[in-house]
Amino acid sequence: MQDIIYLIFGTLFFFMLSIVNLGIIIKVKAFFGGRYGVPIFQKMYDILKLWQKSIKLSQTTSWVFFAGPLLATIVPVFCFLFLPFVAFPSILSFDGDFLLFVYMFGLLRFFTTSSALDTGSSFEGMGSARELTFSFLVEPIMFVCFIILAKGTSSLSLEDFFGYNILDAWSDYSTVFGIVVVCFFVIMLAENSRIPFDDPATHLELTMTHEVMVLDHSGPLLASILVGSAMKLTLFAILIVDLAIPFKTGILPLDTTIGIFAVLGMGVVVGITESVMARLRLTDIKKILMGTLIISLFGIILISR
Amino acid sequence: MSNAKILTSNPCWTTLEDVLALSESDFWQGIVENITYNDFRVLSLFCTPNETKFDIFCILGNDNTSLFKIFRHTLSSKKFQSHTETIPQIHLFEREIAEQFGITLDGAQWIKPVRFEQDFSLHVKKSSCGDMEYFQIDGDDIHEVGVGPVHAGIIEPGHFRFQCYGENVANLEISLGYQHRGIERAMIGAPYKQSLAQMEAVAGDTTIGHSLAHIQLLENMSNIKASQKAETIRALLLELERIANHVGDIGALAGDVGFITTASYCGKLRGDYLNLSAKITGSRFGRGGISFGGVGYDVDFTLASEITHEMEKLKPKTLGAINLFFRTPSVLERIENRGKLAYEDIINYGLTGMVAKSCSIQRDARKNYPFGYYNNISFDIATESSSDIFARAMLRKDEIIASFELANTMLIKIREMPNEKYHTAQKPKLPPNSLGVSIIEGWRGEIVHVAITDKNSKFSRYKIVDPSFKNWTALSLAMKNEQISDFPICNKSFNLSYCGFDL
Repeated sequence: MQDIIYLIFGTLFFFMLSIVNLGIIIKVKAFFGGRYGVPIFQKMYDILKLWQKSIKLSQTTSWVFFAGPLLATIVPVFCFLFLPFVAFPSILSFDGDFLLFVYMFGLLRFFTTSSALDTGSSFEGMGSARELTFSFLVEPIMFVCFIILAKGTSSLSLEDFFGYNILDAWSDYSTVFGIVVVCFFVIMLAENSRIPFDDPATHLELTMTHEVMVLDHSGPLLASILVGSAMKLTLFAILIVDLAIPFKTGILPLDTTIGIFAVLGMGVVVGITESVMARLRLTDIKKILMGTLIISLFGIILISR
Repeated sequence: MSNAKILTSNPCWTTLEDVLALSESDFWQGIVENITYNDFRVLSLFCTPNETKFDIFCILGNDNTSLFKIFRHTLSSKKFQSHTETIPQIHLFEREIAEQFGITLDGAQWIKPVRFEQDFSLHVKKSSCGDMEYFQIDGDDIHEVGVGPVHAGIIEPGHFRFQCYGENVANLEISLGYQHRGIERAMIGAPYKQSLAQMEAVAGDTTIGHSLAHIQLLENMSNIKASQKAETIRALLLELERIANHVGDIGALAGDVGFITTASYCGKLRGDYLNLSAKITGSRFGRGGISFGGVGYDVDFTLASEITHEMEKLKPKTLGAINLFFRTPSVLERIENRGKLAYEDIINYGLTGMVAKSCSIQRDARKNYPFGYYNNISFDIATESSSDIFARAMLRKDEIIASFELANTMLIKIREMPNEKYHTAQKPKLPPNSLGVSIIEGWRGEIVHVAITDKNSKFSRYKIVDPSFKNWTALSLAMKNEQISDFPICNKSFNLSYCGFDL
């Protein structure tokens, strides 16, 4: 019973944190643009509004069209269960769960692109091709990072990768772990289609990567995608915070507060990154991701010497 | 071969009797020779019904000597030989003539619709706008992307058809005409009371440009000269329009690459410049600012000082926002060496305005065919050399700075001039059976207005050439072998008018 309460509260907390996190990114960007920006909870209002709308369906679509949005919400929540949050241990955990973690995102990608292709629109086909090209490069980086963490913590589970004993690993392999944090930051921006990899605020179909794949989704389906993308971003922020702040005070409320502010701080960092640079050309994204992959491979060399 | 009527000033007019009708071979030979050997280029080429026959007029201009040559040919039958292959810059004009008057073009490769106009005299808009045969590339790896006419942004309608090989654009075809309102036809029998308002709406963002071209033409043909102060105010409005649009464009370019800082600030500053126009005319786009015989609203000493003061406050802000754009490496990476145009293409297709100026071509009507205020001053045309997106963006910055200086001088002059009252009740008295030409450098490029009057001194034909008419070709040339994801930024670097093309 306690586990269930823990699970429900954990998920709700995760959801609210995601909404606020996204709100903060938008606020920071608005600040750089000299504007006030929308309220922090605007995404929440958007989602509630969309939830009340009806779904407009194209005649060419099948059940696959629904699979993408559904998994968009389910996958981040499910993956969150495997991650420890600062002093809280993972809700679910087993040896080798990092494989599941990576491939849950593979599954999500498969269904997002499938539901995009299901509409038969030329834009969505283009977006799917781009998304798959980039994720093809992101996935190895993620794997290499997890291999480094597995070696550093002598474990095969996410709980140990990001949990209590990480402080010892940091003192042994601080350089390599630093590399991993940088790689995770790049993955976070790339996977969540943030600037410089993609512009979530753009309205130009021809330049979009992720946004173009959800053009035909409406109402609750779109709400589900919005919830999912907010949570996915926060999931990666938690990943980085867990790794980058290995110190624990031992006092649960204090640790949790630090964790929350650190996650929101990631929102500020993302917001600043988005404000001070333009998005890259599509051809250059591949180069950046290849570069990140090479950096992460250096990490492997360093840790296994 | 000089059977053409030569005119020397801008604006200018001549009686139709002076423009000799040449035989078909003389007509085309004269045009080809003047273009090839004498550095002339086509400003306008159009057809007009003359009782039962059709007259074709061609206005050539020489950028160096400021001369106009007018050629005329009367068609004996409803067809003529296409000359697009020898003179590529007339390709759209030829297709337009074929479309408007149902004239057959002999030897033309592919007479595509220009704006889906059914018949000029009837003015029935075709219901099937955009319904035509598009250029297609065969092959398994080629995919076709159609964009528009309804776009994601809040812009005008136009259809773009891409033939793509992966992410690379093999060909871009642009199909316009959705905004066709029949403005040229509405001018038959003009000047009417509403004509000026219609001219202001040819292209909404070039209100001053088009209304000035129109009024200048009317005044010249009626032998009325605006006072010096009126001419200065007109030029001031023209430069304010240029600054406002250029600032807005740089902001929009920043927005397209996701650089929000410049995008937000330039968006706001554009509004500030529009408000300066509103201070003078009451309309942010300068509507009603230019009237026959003068200007709609006088600018007195207080107002001129107020505008000077405002502009001094705005200048550092504007330059700050723009310089931030040009100093950010990730922005430069997006705009440098993209959307390049070849010098030969610009010359061959007779491209004008910013497109030409961004390739070191001194093509600016303020200098080449000086009009009004610009007759009395000397200034340099800003040019850039790389003819890519960067050059077109940088040119805007150069022009903003140049316009600032021009506007400042104008304001000083205005402050020294006494207050004036303008008799807006004056009516234009046009000469019968005449032809008038007027050119203005709008912010996009040269705006050419040509009018022909009938025996009752009313317009029997009014031809408008917006810079967009010629320059849309540049966009599809610039997109060849570029990434399809770079299309929006490339498109924005031209920022052409849809309604200026569709008329």
